[in-house]
Parts: sequence; C-alpha cells; structure tokens
Amino acid sequence: MSAVPLQPPRRLVEFTLDGEPVRVPEGSTLLDACRAAGKDVPTLCQGDTLTPKNACRVCMVEVEGARTLAPACSRRAEAGMEVRTDSERARHSRKLVLELLASSTDLSTTPRAAEWIEEYGAEPGRFGEDAATVAEEPKVDNDLYVRDYDKCILCYKCVDACGEQWQNTFAIAVAGRGFDARISTEHDAPLTDSACVYCGNCIEVCPTGALSFKTEFDMREAGTWDEERQTETTTVCAYCGVGCNLTLHVQDNDIVKVSSPHDNPVTHGNLCIKGRFGYQHVQQH
Amino acid sequence: MDLHFGDSKPTDEERAAVDALLGPPDSAWEGSDDRTDTDLRWAKGGHTARGRRDQLLPGLHALNDRVGWISEGGLDYLCRRLTVPPAEAYGVATFYSMFSLKPRPRTVVRVCTDIACAGPSADLCTSLESRLGPADTPVEGGAVWERSPCLGLCERAPAALVIRAGTDADAVAAAADAAGSAGSAGSAGSAGSAGSAGSAPPETAVERPAVAAESGAYAVVAPATPHALVEAARDPGAAAAEPAPVGAVPQAGGPGRDRLALLHRVGRVDPASLDDYRAFDGYAALRRAFTLGPAGVIREVTDSGLLGRGGAAFPTGRKWQATAAQPDHPHYLVCNADESEPGTFKDRVLMEGDPYALIEAMTIAGYATGAHRGYLYLRGEYPRARRRIEHALAAARTRGLLGPDVLGQGYAFDIEVRRGAGAYICGEETAIFNSVEGYRGEPRSKPPFPVEKGLFGKPTVVNNVETLVNVLPVLTMGAEAYAATGTGASTGPKLFCVSGSVSRPGLYELPFGATLGELLRLAGQPDPERLRAVLLGGAAGGFVRPDELDIPLTFEGTREAGTTLGSGVVLALDDSVPLPRVLLRIAEFFRDESCGQCVPCRVGTVRQEEALTRLLDRRNGEAADTAADVALLREVGAAMRDASICGLGQTAWNAVESAIDRLGAYA
Repeated sequence: MSAVPLQPPRRLVEFTLDGEPVRVPEGSTLLDACRAAGKDVPTLCQGDTLTPKNACRVCMVEVEGARTLAPACSRRAEAGMEVRTDSERARHSRKLVLELLASSTDLSTTPRAAEWIEEYGAEPGRFGEDAATVAEEPKVDNDLYVRDYDKCILCYKCVDACGEQWQNTFAIAVAGRGFDARISTEHDAPLTDSACVYCGNCIEVCPTGALSFKTEFDMREAGTWDEERQTETTTVCAYCGVGCNLTLHVQDNDIVKVSSPHDNPVTHGNLCIKGRFGYQHVQQH
Repeated sequence: MDLHFGDSKPTDEERAAVDALLGPPDSAWEGSDDRTDTDLRWAKGGHTARGRRDQLLPGLHALNDRVGWISEGGLDYLCRRLTVPPAEAYGVATFYSMFSLKPRPRTVVRVCTDIACAGPSADLCTSLESRLGPADTPVEGGAVWERSPCLGLCERAPAALVIRAGTDADAVAAAADAAGSAGSAGSAGSAGSAGSAGSAPPETAVERPAVAAESGAYAVVAPATPHALVEAARDPGAAAAEPAPVGAVPQAGGPGRDRLALLHRVGRVDPASLDDYRAFDGYAALRRAFTLGPAGVIREVTDSGLLGRGGAAFPTGRKWQATAAQPDHPHYLVCNADESEPGTFKDRVLMEGDPYALIEAMTIAGYATGAHRGYLYLRGEYPRARRRIEHALAAARTRGLLGPDVLGQGYAFDIEVRRGAGAYICGEETAIFNSVEGYRGEPRSKPPFPVEKGLFGKPTVVNNVETLVNVLPVLTMGAEAYAATGTGASTGPKLFCVSGSVSRPGLYELPFGATLGELLRLAGQPDPERLRAVLLGGAAGGFVRPDELDIPLTFEGTREAGTTLGSGVVLALDDSVPLPRVLLRIAEFFRDESCGQCVPCRVGTVRQEEALTRLLDRRNGEAADTAADVALLREVGAAMRDASICGLGQTAWNAVESAIDRLGAYA
C-alpha cells in the first residue's frame, strides 16, 4: 500500500500572482499558490490540519476588480484572477491588523509575530496607553494545561479542533460578542467541570501559545523555558495498538511537551490524553 | 458527540417553558426524569436527535420569556432536549443582547439611546436613574433598565420597550393590543374590526387578577416620559395602547394616498382582517403569479428593474433566477425583517399596518424560486409586528392561502416566524442563516453565495421586507408600468424613514428621483438655516451637508454624490445636536454590535470609538493631537473597510468618514 494517498489528476488553473503567471491545481487556495511560488504570506488562524475560519485577516491579498481584499487562506484560485500580495492596500491591512492584535492581546509567545510587526512597520503603541486590552488572567484549573486568554486572538482553531473538525467533544465555544467575545466552556465553568477530555488537540493548533502544557507554562513563568536547548524525538505511543506517532520535546533530559507530526496519516497531529500527557512514568526521578 | 451535562436541574417553570415549545420529552435521553427499560436498550441519538438544532434560538426565547433569564439548569435541559453541547448553547445564548445568563428581575426596560432618540432620551435616562436606580443594576423585586440600540420607533422618539417575563406573555399582550387596535382601526375608517376580539373593552382585555406578577407582557412606550415608563415597568399589561401604525405614515392623511403603491393600505385596512385585505386588492398579485408561472414571475420581476431595498441594491430578479436555477433542493426563502439599522422603521410599519401584504409577497417569492418553506426572521424588539404577522399567518393558513395547496393551485408553501434576540449583525444575509440554524449569528464568508449554499446549506433567496412588498405592485401593475415610475436605473417607489429635526417624522413613500430637499420639505424641515447635516442610510450610511439637498434620492444619484441610500434612513440633524456626540454614538453602536469574529472589526470598532472619545473630550485642545487622531481613524477605517468579513465592519467607518470629509468635523 502506498503511504501517499493517490488522487486523480486535477486540472490546473492559471492566474496572475504579483504580475507572474502561475499554475496551481484546481481547488487550491491563493495561499497554496503563494507558498508554491515561495511567497511568505503571514497567517495565524490558518492551520494545516483545519479548515480555516479566515477570522484573523492577516493573510489578506488584493484581487483585481474586487471591492474588498480577500483572505488568501480561503479564497480559491480562479482562472484569470489577478492577485497582488504586496500592494499598498494589502500591506496596509496587514499592518493594521497586526497593530490591532498586538495592542489588544499579548503576542509575546506567538511565533513570528515580532518578525511580522517589524516587517510591516506596525506600531501597536500608537493607540495610546488607555487602549482597551482583553485583560485576562491565566486560567489554571487542572494539572495538564493552561488557558491564558490574554494571548488569545480568537482564531477559532481550538473550537474547531475540539468540535466537529477533530475531537467531537465540544467542550469549548466562543461566548459573548464583539470585543468581549472569549473562548469559554458553558457558564465559564472550570475545565474540570466541562466536557473536556484533555486530548490537548487544542494546544496543538493554538497559534499564539494561549493554550500550553502546564509544564511549558510553569517553565516560562520561572524563566527556564528554552527551545534552543530542546530536542525533538518522534516515537510510537506505547499505550494502545493504534500506533500514533509521538514527538517528545525534551529539555535537560525531561519531557516538557508532547506533540504529533501533522503529516502523520494516523494522527494528523491529534492525540488522546494518554499519548499527550501520560509520559510521567518515563521520568520518575 | 458525547454530551456532558452538569448537575444543575431545571425548575418546573423552565421545564414547562421548554416543553411548551418542544413537547414533552420522549425518553430519559431527552431529559425525562423517568428512565424506562427501553431507554436502557436503545440510545436516542444521531442525526435525528441533532436535527432540531434550529429550535435552539426559539428554546432560549422560551426560557427567557418565561423566567426573564436563562439559568444553568434551564440551558442544560434545553441542550438535553436538542442534543446540543452546553458550551455551544452558552456561546449562542451569550451572543444575543436580549438574553441574560445571570439572574435578573422579570421586568426589563430597554430605553433607546440611539441617534434619533439620543437627545430626547438623555433626560429620560437621568430620571430613570433616580427612580429605578443605575442602568443594568437589578433592584430586588423591581425592574432593571438598560440602554438599547435603535428600537425602530424613531418617529416617536424617545422610545422604550418594557418586557416582562412570565406565562403567556404573548396572549396577554395580544389581548391588550387587540383592545387598542379596535379603537384605532375604527377611527381609521375600517369596517372589519367589529368582529375581531378587539371589541372587548380594554378593562376586560387586560385582566389583572392576583397572578399578574407571574404573567408576562410587553409595552412599547413611545414617546416615553419618565412617569409613563415607571408605570409601564410596574405593570406593562396596563400601559396605554400603542398608537395605530398609520400614525407613522404622515402621507396617509394627505390627498396623494391613493397614489401610494406600498403604503396605500396602511391605516385603511384592519391589519387583523384578511377580508379587509382582500377587499383592497389583496391576493390579486398571487393570482397573477399563478397564471404567469414561476418563470413568468421571475421575468416580470427582472423586467421591472426591482433592486433590493435592504441596502445593497442587488437586482431581485437576478437573485431569484439564480436560486430557481439551482439543481440542489430544497430551496428556501428567508425574509429579512431583522430591521436594526439605526433610524430604520419601515419594515415595522409595513408588518404592523399591512401584514398580509408581506405574506402574499413571500408566497409569490417562494413560488417563483421553487421554495416550499419561508422563514420570516423578525427583529426581537418588534412585539406588535410579531403578533400581527402570527395572527395573519394563522388566518392565511385557515383560508388555504398557505399550506399544502395554496389557492388550490397545487403549490405547497408555509412560513415560519423566527424571532431575533437583539443582534444587528443577524440582518446580514449569511448571519441570518446561522441564527436560524441555532448557531451564533456570525456572517459566513462568501463565496459560496446564498443562492448556492444558504440556509441549511441549500439554495436560498434572502430578501428584505420592503423588497418583497414591492413585488405586489410589480405583478398587479405589470413590469412595464412599474418600471415607468422612478428613474431608469432605480425603478418603482421607495420608502424613506424620516426622523430627527423635522416636524412630521415618519415613513414616506416617494417614487425614486425625488430630491432630498423635497422629502425634507414634505416632512416639515422647518428651518433650513438651522439644518446642520442629514444622515442618509443610517449608521452604516453617510452624512450630507445642508447645501446638498438637491441630491436625487436614487441609487445612482446618491452613489454619484459619493453617499448612499442604504436602507432609506433620512435623519435630519439641526444645530442643537452636537455632531461629535452623534459620531461617538455611531461608533459605540458598531462596537456593541460587532460579532467579534474578525480582527479588523472586533478591535477596529473599539479603536475607532476610543479615538472619537478622545476627540470629543479634547474639543478645544491641541490641533496636532486632533489631526493625529483623525489620521488614526482613517487608517483604522481603511483596514476595516478592506479586510472585514462582512458589511458591518466594512461600513463601520462610513458615517464618521463622511462627517470628517463632508461636514468638516474636527477641522
């Protein structure tokens, strides 16, 4: 059996990307086309294992003739389109979205955020000292993972992973409206009273570090978290016969985090509570 | 899906409210207390159990209507009945401003503080603070009052709505309303009211025995005085009846009323009488539709040049054609009656004054597009429109004008009313689907467009109330005659909601092409010298100057003038109204009503409000700071317009921009 699923050949769609003609398989998104062409378009709510919600709006590109910009992560390529990823309008929107995000939430653990803020010349400070922030305290209500919604950009990925796209547990949803909207369990109950099964698949997809292993959270608090010193070893979970791949993140000979490769055909990056959190027996000191 | 519920139990009242909507539970799986042997053998689940998700919003209404708020036990019970995860139901319930997830008194007073009511309601709010306590603060055993976005009663500013939770809120309110309308319909010259239940005197209709505290009621108090409002909060059932809908139509008393194509029946027919409606050309359009056939109806509507009246001005015929041509079935029809644009009240007047017209128009739209089911998504703040529509629907069903065989033509069609619960965004054409389906009213990204994948993922036509009602004259007059009114690009009549500094505020019908000045003169704009600005199209529209009154009120004319007709709001502001405060109020509106899904709108509307607050507070301050804030507003505004998912974020900066550019605000 082939490990790579075979698909019927797809027709190619030809369109113009930043003045260059490009051809992508039918059904590809503009983001796929950008990545294939080696263009770096920032993304936050897009995830390789999820259908994008296109809520973050940092991947906006300009499509010739359209009234508004289009989210590259979900707009599909159409023949004859003229797309510009680096137009003044697109750059302005990305810059502003980064400013709006960074002025309202803590992006300190968001990979690449600082780099993009510099690249687009964003100045989150210009909204003033009194600019409203989401102002949330970390929710530490269990021993396995922490929800620090001060860092949440409301990308909906955790909700989608917990709900119909992967886990089908539906322990969390977006509650409230507008700037007051938050990811929440029913009645904002602690996780221990909710439907959560601690699979940690929400942590896997979180693009900002708002959701993190308790180990990582504690080490960051203590200032000992150092990804430079970590190694990653991929192995097979020993608990049941499914054969999920586990990637053990090890710092100073201690497992500090467990993930799973997103391209693994068994897990697609998802695990259960045992594979994700059940590693303590390995390291009884 | 493995549902997890807490230990909270519903009260008997909550259980009864939900069961009244959904019927008694079938089994322990659905929340019944008695577990039977069969329950132990067969799990009830799967698609059938989850297929009633669209009853979530009606279920939340049932709880909120009965108790005044939604408790953990109540929500859990509803979730069990519908097989909905509690976290999702909580997310949905917290989306709507009319629901409370915290205990609150049974009586809620909502005072409109939006643009048209802002001035007159300021004193009202001060007075309420001294009489009922601070806003949003429940008083034990009393009422809670809160500030509300536009209640759609702009012609009677300041407006307030009193809602008391309890049993049979609708029945009690209907009795009170029928009593009120009997008098008013009679005075409007209607012969049909004598037979209606409204002939009972008000004293007996509004019975207030010992159970008064437990029975629910609504009261619309407009124009509101502190005394009337406090009285209404004490006993909403005994509040003075609302004036008849015809009061909102100043042209109804004038010589040209016969020329009105959309409003001619308002005030003339008893809105409760189907016979009256039929005596005034009712159901002639539907009969013509049946002789034309679906394709013929679409051809007529296309030829008439009818453009959507909800704000986007999309050709109605093209929308219908695109839906009718979809191979996927069933098709759905959704009537957007979630009129929430500040300053808009046209759909309310139509539904309250001529409800059968909308029902007939929906039937025609359904027939033309191959839909057998129509949803009428009605704003939650319109209790009287809802009662009128529900009554009219029941009457139409009894007479075979809705149901399995409409007019004996073998066409099946019925209409279901879905009540909104206080969310402007649900008037967005895709958010309305999510709301009906029982999800948070967040807009979907397009494409796919509703004609392809709309309600329940099926091809759907969404039309505004005014658009649909226009279909009647299209069919009775014929497309050619209809297209002859108005201008070449904007055909037919248009409704305008005129409010603010005019002596005869109300709903006006004019053929497209009249100028803004003509409309304002008709509405009694007394002193051109004092006119400071006119807001066209509501909060999502734009301001024009007093020297621009020759703008023709057409889609193309306003576009050419760099503004918009929007939903037909014409709000006149004279020099007594402080413009910066109006702008701040508009910004607050968008901040409150943003669904929060996309970043540009969720945070952008907050940053816009903050900048406008600084500008208001500073007033005579540093010119450099003012310029910086205006520049900031422009940058945020451009990003909101370009990068937001839906029309709310895309237009949230329009009015402020027009005030800066056209009126020279903050210059």
